[in-house]
Amino acid sequence: MEWIGFANYAVFMAIFICIYALLSLGLNIQWGFTGLFNAGIAGFFAVGAYTSAVLTSPAADGRLGGFDLPFWVGWIGAMVAAALIAWPIGKICLRFRSDYLAIATIGVAEIIRLVIKSEDWLTNSARGITDIPRPLGDLSYTMSQLAYLGIVMAILLVAYLMVERQIASPWGRMMRAIRDNEDAARAMGKDVPYRRLEAFIFGSALMGLGGALFAHFNRSITPEAIDPMVATFLVWIMLILGGSGNNRGAILGVAVVWIIWSLSEIVTDQFPHEYAVKAKYLRIFLIGLMLQLVLRFRPEGLLPEASGERKPVGKPSD
Amino acid sequence: MGALEIINFYLVPGLVVGSIYALGAVGITLVFAILRYAHLAHGDLATLGAFLGLGLVTALGISPYLALTAVMALTAVVAVGIDRVFYDYLRERPKIVTVMASLGIALMVRAIVQMVWGVDSQTYTRGIVRPENWFGIRVRDRELITIVAMIVLVVALQLFLQRSKWGKAMRAMSDNPDLALLSGVDNGKVVTITWVIVGGLCAAAGLFLGLNFELKAMMGWSMLLPMFAAAILGGVGRVEGAVLGGLIVGVAEEMSTLFLPTEYKAATAFAILLLMLLVRPTGLLRGKVL
Repeated sequence: MEWIGFANYAVFMAIFICIYALLSLGLNIQWGFTGLFNAGIAGFFAVGAYTSAVLTSPAADGRLGGFDLPFWVGWIGAMVAAALIAWPIGKICLRFRSDYLAIATIGVAEIIRLVIKSEDWLTNSARGITDIPRPLGDLSYTMSQLAYLGIVMAILLVAYLMVERQIASPWGRMMRAIRDNEDAARAMGKDVPYRRLEAFIFGSALMGLGGALFAHFNRSITPEAIDPMVATFLVWIMLILGGSGNNRGAILGVAVVWIIWSLSEIVTDQFPHEYAVKAKYLRIFLIGLMLQLVLRFRPEGLLPEASGERKPVGKPSD
Repeated sequence: MGALEIINFYLVPGLVVGSIYALGAVGITLVFAILRYAHLAHGDLATLGAFLGLGLVTALGISPYLALTAVMALTAVVAVGIDRVFYDYLRERPKIVTVMASLGIALMVRAIVQMVWGVDSQTYTRGIVRPENWFGIRVRDRELITIVAMIVLVVALQLFLQRSKWGKAMRAMSDNPDLALLSGVDNGKVVTITWVIVGGLCAAAGLFLGLNFELKAMMGWSMLLPMFAAAILGGVGRVEGAVLGGLIVGVAEEMSTLFLPTEYKAATAFAILLLMLLVRPTGLLRGKVL
C-alpha cells in the first residue's frame, strides 16, 4: 500500500530531523550564543556514535568491548566522550579569535576520521560496529520506528528546554555579552576563555549525543556512514538558515534543510546513472550557494534571535 | 639507517611537499594578515588550479610547466571573482562570517571540480620518472623544479612587497589598517591585488602537488591543515615565516613515518598547530595573533 510506505518514510525523515536538531542545538550554543566556529561537527558526532556503539554492543572478538551495557549508559558515555575531546581543543584555542578554533576543529575531525578508519582494535575500522541495540527495537518494523521517533523527540524536547532555560538565565545573558562585546565583558570581570570553554563543551556533548542516537537508529556504524564535510556543512546551513541565536529557529532550519536535501536526493536518484553521480555534486554546490545567499540577504535567518530584554526564567514577573 | 637514506627517503620528499605547503601557506598568511580572516577555501582553490592545469595540458598537449603561468592567471581571476561575488559584501560584518562563507566556497569549488573532472584520480603525465643521482642524493627533475619554482615565486613576491608601491600598501594594511586607510591606501585595490597574488600562489601549489603526486578532488582540502599549521608556525603575516613553516611541516610529516603509522602523517601538522598555539602563538618569526 502506497500510503504506508509514505508514512514509514515520513517517520524515517522525522527521526533524522530530530537527530540533526540535536546537532543544530549544540551548534547554536557554540555559534549562536557564544560565537564559536566549530567546523568539526562530524568529528564530535562520530565520537559519540562510536563511544555508544562500543559501550552497548554485545562482546565481539578483535576489538574493544562491546560491553553490552544498557543504551542510556552508552548515550551518557557518548556525551562525556565528546566533551572530553572538546576540552583540550577549547582549552588551547579559545584564548584566540574563533578562526583558530575553526582550523583546529577541522583538524580534530580529520584525526578522528583517521582513527576510526585505521584503528582495528577500537572501531573495527572499515567493517564498522554492528549489532548496536536499539531501545524497543524488537517490535515490528513500523512500531519500532515509531517508538524510536518517540524517544528521540523526547530527548530533543528535554535538550531544547534545558538549552532554552540555560540561555534565558544569567549565564546565557553573560554569554551573549561575551559574544557581542568581548572587551566589555572582560572589563566586567568575566572569565572569557573559561566561559567559552563551557559553551564549547556543552555544545559538543549534544553533538556526541546526536551521534549516539544515529548509531542506535541504524543499529550499526561504519566510517562511511556519514560524509564529514557534508554533514558538518548541513548543520551549519540549517542553523544559519533557521536563525542562529534562536533555538526554535535552529530546529526549524533543520526541518527545512533536511526536507529539501532528502527530496532533492529522491529527484536526482531518478536520473540515469552517469548524471546521478554529477547531480550529487550539484546538490552540494547548491547547498553551498544557499549559505552564501542566506549570509548575504537574510543573515538573521528565518526566525531571528529575540532582541531586548528576556523575561528571566524562574522569577515571577513583577 | 645512514645519512643518505634519511636524506633520500625523508628529507628530499619532505622538502618537496614542504615547498608545496609553503606556496599555499604564503597565501594563507597574506589573507590572514591583510584581510584578517582564515580562508578555508584555500585548499580547494588549489585543487581548482591543479585541474585547470589538467584541462590545459590535455586540451593543448603542452607540458604542465608551460601551463603554470596560464593556470596561475586563471586561478587569480577566479579568486578575485569569488571575492567580488561572495566575500566583498561581508567585509563590514564580523570577520568570522567570511570564514563561514569560505567554508561554503570550499564545498562549492570542490563540487565544481567533481562535476567537471569526475572523482577518479588523474595525472598530468603517464609513466614512471626515475630519479637522477647527484652524488648519492636521488632527486627527480620535477622535485627540483618544484623547490626552485617555490623559491623564485617567493623571492619575486618579497621584492614586490618590499619595493613596489602596492606591495608597500599591502604591508601597511597588514600592520595597521586604520592608519593605512587614513594615509589614503585604496582598500579595494589592496584586496584585489592580494587575491591576485593569493590565487596565483594557490594555483602553483595545486599544480605542483598534482605534478608530484596525483590529482584528486580532495587533494587541496587535505592540504588545508598543513598549510595553516605552516602559516601559524612561521608567524601570521610573515611571508618568509610561511616558507620556513611549510618546509618544517613537510619534513616533519615525512619524518613522522619513522615513529608513527603512515596513516597518521596528517596528524603531524595538527600536532604542530596545537603546540604552537600553546607555547608560542606568534610563531617562530613573531607574526601577529588575531
